[in-house]
Amino acid sequence: MLGNTFYNSIVKRNSVYVSTIFLGAFTFGVGFDVAVSSFWDRWNQGKQWKDIRDKYVQDADS
Amino acid sequence: MLSRLPLAALKSSGAVGASRSTLSAAGKRSASQVRFASTASSSSGAFQSLFTSRASLVSVTLFSAGSIAWYTHLYGSLPFIGEVHANSLADDGLHPGVYPWPHKGLFDTFDHASIRRGFQVYREVCAACHSLDRIAWRNLVGVSHTADEARLLAEDVEYTDGPDDAGEMFQRPGKLSDYLPPPYPNEEAARAGNGGALPPDLSLIIKARHGGADYVFSLLTGYVDPPAGVEIREGMNYNPYFPGGAISMARLLFDGLVEYEDGTPATTSQMAKDVVTFLNWAAEPELDERKRLGLKAVILFSALFAVSIGVKRFKWTPIKNRKIIYKPPVDNAL
Ligand code: HEC
Repeated sequence: MLGNTFYNSIVKRNSVYVSTIFLGAFTFGVGFDVAVSSFWDRWNQGKQWKDIRDKYVQDADS
Repeated sequence: MLSRLPLAALKSSGAVGASRSTLSAAGKRSASQVRFASTASSSSGAFQSLFTSRASLVSVTLFSAGSIAWYTHLYGSLPFIGEVHANSLADDGLHPGVYPWPHKGLFDTFDHASIRRGFQVYREVCAACHSLDRIAWRNLVGVSHTADEARLLAEDVEYTDGPDDAGEMFQRPGKLSDYLPPPYPNEEAARAGNGGALPPDLSLIIKARHGGADYVFSLLTGYVDPPAGVEIREGMNYNPYFPGGAISMARLLFDGLVEYEDGTPATTSQMAKDVVTFLNWAAEPELDERKRLGLKAVILFSALFAVSIGVKRFKWTPIKNRKIIYKPPVDNAL
């Protein structure tokens, strides 16, 4: 049932199949990076440069 | 191998072998021989020869000599035999303690506020003797300083550049792309300024020493009076963490030596921790990104590994679960 829907909506046409794979890879890449980064920044809160940067910037320069 | 067998057994084994090979032909006769052979070899006569035969003597001697040679090859000396050494354990330096660095864990980045303070300590204290020639001003940008700050720091230093149109070298203020200036023009000058000892470049010092950050921290904070009986030459200093104990670098960090802009109390250990964190960053500037990518890679590769296991089981299930049944042909001819 689920397999049928999957086959009919995605796999049947190669153009749809390939673009689904590409889009899926792209969105997974972005999502995975966001997830890891948010864990990373929470774990290392206050230690990274971006956490202390605003103490030292004068204007809109890095 | 051979030595484990008594000579009598060796002799009778020929008979056993022979009787084995003729077993099928000669039936009962040789079977009884085999039985007699085994009772004979377990008799006390065979045990006697195990302890008295020349083969045992030779093989036990070879075995002992071999294990002694192997042991000394592995460990250098024999156990339970007193030895006298001219050097003492102190010559290898005290092992540093293990410190809970903020960047120690698998997921931990550097503490960048500490890197910034450590750079200040390096610049105000260590830079008088030690170069740091793998770090350029631009490397500080986005790590411990803003681009503007790094530019200002660079401009404080005069660099020789050129040649210009007339073929002359000229002086100019530093740029972001310049490397941190060395305190001495060459190694000879550095040695001459330090009683013959060369202050090593600190760019990779954390990687270049056993114990890494723990060692350098212990070294900087570990200066004590030499224990009774230890002579330290004029111009040398006693530090138990330095191999040999006598180091040309004197104790440099004292409470309140620098003034931190973020108000952190500049105690000796605070400054040592900060400068070591800074040097650790200089040696491993990729650490933050490396750990982050490592985390992503481990997650992805374990997921892919799990998938590959699943696929393998999926593919192999029919093969592993099949049953092969032999159906004998119904023989109608007979
Ligand atoms: C007065 C000059 C001077 C200053 C300032 C100085 N050092 Fe040194 N340092 C030396 C000399 C000389 C040696 C070589 C010692 C030797 O080989 O006996 C040395 C060696 C070292 C070593 C190598 C030790 C080893 O295991 O070989 C480290 C690490 C070190 N210094 C760190 C620092 C740090 C960090 C600072 C700043 C807090 C600093 N030094 C400041 C002169 C100095």
